[in-house]
Amino acid sequence: MTQDSPILKVSNLVKHFPITSGGIFQRTTGAVKAVDGISLEVFPGETLGLVGESGCGKSTAGRTILRLLEPTSGSIEFEGQNLIKVSKRELVFMRREMQMIFQDPYSSLNPRATVGDIISAPFQVQGVKPVGGLRSAVGDLMERVGLNPEHFNRYPNEFSGGQRQRIGIARAIALQPKLIVCDEPVSALDVSIQAQILNLLADIQNDFGIAYVFVAHDLSVVRHISDRVAVMYLGQIMESAPSELLYTEPLHPYTHALLSAIPIPDPDLERNRERIILSGDLPSPSNPPAGCVFNTRCWKAEDKCRSERPVLREISMGHQVACHFPEQNLLETISIAPTGTDFIA
Amino acid sequence: MSETDEVLLSVRNLYVEFSTDDGLVSAVNDLSYDLKRGKTLAIVGESGSGKSVSSMALMGLVAGMNAKVSGEVYFDGQQLVGADPESVRKLRGDRMAMIFQDPLSSLHPFFRIGDQLVEAVQVHHDIDKKQAQVRVKAMLERVGIPDVDQRMNEYPHQLSGGMRQRVMIGMSLINNPELLIADEPTTALDVTVQAQILELLKDLQKEFGTAIILITHDLGVVADMADEVVVMYGGSAVEHAPVREIFYEPAMPYTWGLIASIPQISAKHAHLDPIPGNPPSLINLPSGCVFAPRCTFKHLVSDGLCENERPQLLPVSPEHTSRCHLTQNQRTDIRRERLIGRQK
Repeated sequence: MTQDSPILKVSNLVKHFPITSGGIFQRTTGAVKAVDGISLEVFPGETLGLVGESGCGKSTAGRTILRLLEPTSGSIEFEGQNLIKVSKRELVFMRREMQMIFQDPYSSLNPRATVGDIISAPFQVQGVKPVGGLRSAVGDLMERVGLNPEHFNRYPNEFSGGQRQRIGIARAIALQPKLIVCDEPVSALDVSIQAQILNLLADIQNDFGIAYVFVAHDLSVVRHISDRVAVMYLGQIMESAPSELLYTEPLHPYTHALLSAIPIPDPDLERNRERIILSGDLPSPSNPPAGCVFNTRCWKAEDKCRSERPVLREISMGHQVACHFPEQNLLETISIAPTGTDFIA
Repeated sequence: MSETDEVLLSVRNLYVEFSTDDGLVSAVNDLSYDLKRGKTLAIVGESGSGKSVSSMALMGLVAGMNAKVSGEVYFDGQQLVGADPESVRKLRGDRMAMIFQDPLSSLHPFFRIGDQLVEAVQVHHDIDKKQAQVRVKAMLERVGIPDVDQRMNEYPHQLSGGMRQRVMIGMSLINNPELLIADEPTTALDVTVQAQILELLKDLQKEFGTAIILITHDLGVVADMADEVVVMYGGSAVEHAPVREIFYEPAMPYTWGLIASIPQISAKHAHLDPIPGNPPSLINLPSGCVFAPRCTFKHLVSDGLCENERPQLLPVSPEHTSRCHLTQNQRTDIRRERLIGRQK
C-alpha cells in the first residue's frame, strides 16, 4: 500500500426503504432500515470483506456505495469526491473507476447478447476506444479470466456457472477500475469452482491493484480473500478489524457467535470445541430493537444494552467494535485455530 | 436402542437413468452402501454428482420422471426397487421421511402449519384430529417453535426460514421414522441458524434412534454430523469411509481436491488449490475413470489406464474403499508431499 489516503470513504451511510400503505394516496408508515449509519474506508489495492447473515444489509450497503441505490443520507467519498453530490452525468463517467460483480451468474448476463457483446459493453457505454481495437481488447480480457477467446460469439447459456462468473469478471475489469464491489461472487458456485474464481480474483487484484469490497455471508471465504473485515448486523457494523485479528481475537459477542457457528472440516476439532448457539432469529429491520440491535440474542446483554446504542469505537490499532461489553481473552475459549494438530488442506 | 448394530438400509448396485431428449442421463451408477440404525451417513458431492437423485430413488420419488431404477434397496429387509408403489407410499412419511433443502417450497402455502402436520399423522395413523393435534403440538415444542398454539394457526410464509426448517423437521419426525433423509437441510440457512438446526438434528437422533442420510456439499457439516461418508462424483461413489478416515486419510484425487479447495476458517491466507475444469456431463460419461479428465495425477498411471478403464471400488483399509488406479504407495507419497490429510 503506497498511498495512505483511502480510495473510498463512507461516513454514516443510511439507506431506508419506505413502507407505504393506502391505495392511491400512499402514506409512508415506516421504513426498512436496511443500512443504518455505517462508516468504512477502503484503501487502494486492498480487500474489505463485508460479512453478515441474510438481511443484515450487506448487499444494500454494497449497492448504495456505488450509488446503484440512492442513499437516504450520509456521504460517500470516492477519491476525495463526494458521490452523493455529483450529477447523474458525472456519475456515469465515474463508474469507469468503480464496477460491480454480481452473485448470480445466470441473471446478471443478458441471455440474448454474445459474450463478446457483454464484455465490450463497458467500452461502448463509456466511449472508450481501446488500443489495438475492441475485438482484441475483449480477446485479451477473455484470456485473462481463463476463457477461450474463440468463444467470442457464444451466448451465456452455453457456459457453466463458473465460466459465466468469469464473463462477469471480465466485464468488470474491462476499464481497469480502481474499485470493484463483489456481491457474493462465489456463493452460487460449487466448491471446486469457487476456489478457481477466488484465485482468479486474487490474481487480478495483484496484477491491477484493484480494491475490492467483498460482500459475502461465508466467513471462511471472506477470511481467505480479505485484508480487513467488517461484520454487519441489522444494518450496522458491529466490528471491524484486520482479517487475522478479527478471526483470532473477535471482540463482539456476535462475531464470536458467528465464528463458533461455522462447522470446521476436521472431525476431531469440530466435535471437541465449544459452540455458542444463538437463540432466536434476526429481528425485523423495520422495527429494530432499541439500544444495541444485537441485545435480543446476546447472552451478555444488560440494561444498558437495551437502552443505549453502542457506538463503533477503536479498541486497538484498526480494531473497532460497537459493544458496551466487548469480549476479552477469547483466544482460549473459541480455539478456532487448530492447536497441536497439523491438519492442512 | 438395543439393536444399534443392525443394518436398517442396504443399497446394492443402484442405477438410476433418465431418458431425455439429449440422450440417456446416467445419474447414479452402481451405488452400494449399508446404513445402521441410529447412525449418520453423509453423501458428499457437487451439483450433478447424483447425491440427491440416489436418495430420491430409494424413497420411490423419481417415478414418473422417465426414470429407470435398477438394483436392490432393502429397507429393514424389504426390497423397495420394483416394489408396489402403494407399499412404498405407506413407508414414506411413516418409517422413512425426508427433509428438503428449501422449506418454503416443500410446505404447502395454502394450509396452516398445524393442519399440514395433523394430516401427516392421520395419513399413517387411525387417530382422531384432537389426538393428532396433541401429538403435533408436542412435536413442534420439541423442535423449538415458540408460541406453538399460535404458530399452528399460521401459514408457512409467516415463519422465518429457520422456523420453517424446524417445522419441516418436526413434520418428518412426527411418525418417529427409522430413516430420515436430509437433503441439504441447512444450505438455505444462515450459519447461526444452521448451528441451531444441526444441534437439533443430533439431539433428536439420540432421542429417537433415527438413522440419517445427510446429503450435503459442506465438508464442515460432514465433519460435525457424519459417522460414515460416501463421496460421489459423476454419479458414482468414488470413496467410502468412516468420517475420520475421509478427512485424515483421504484416498483418491477427487476427495483431495475437494478438501484442498475449501477456504478454511482456521487457515491463513494461502492460494487455494482448486480442481481444474468442470464436472462431467452425465450424458456422455468418460469411459474410463469419471474423474480422469480433471485429475492431475493420472500421468502417474501407465498405459492411459485412467482414460480407458473404470476403476473398481476397492478397499484401502478394512472399512475404507475408493475408486482409483493409483497404487497405495503412490497415494501415500502424494499425501505426504502435498500435506493432504493428517500427517503422521
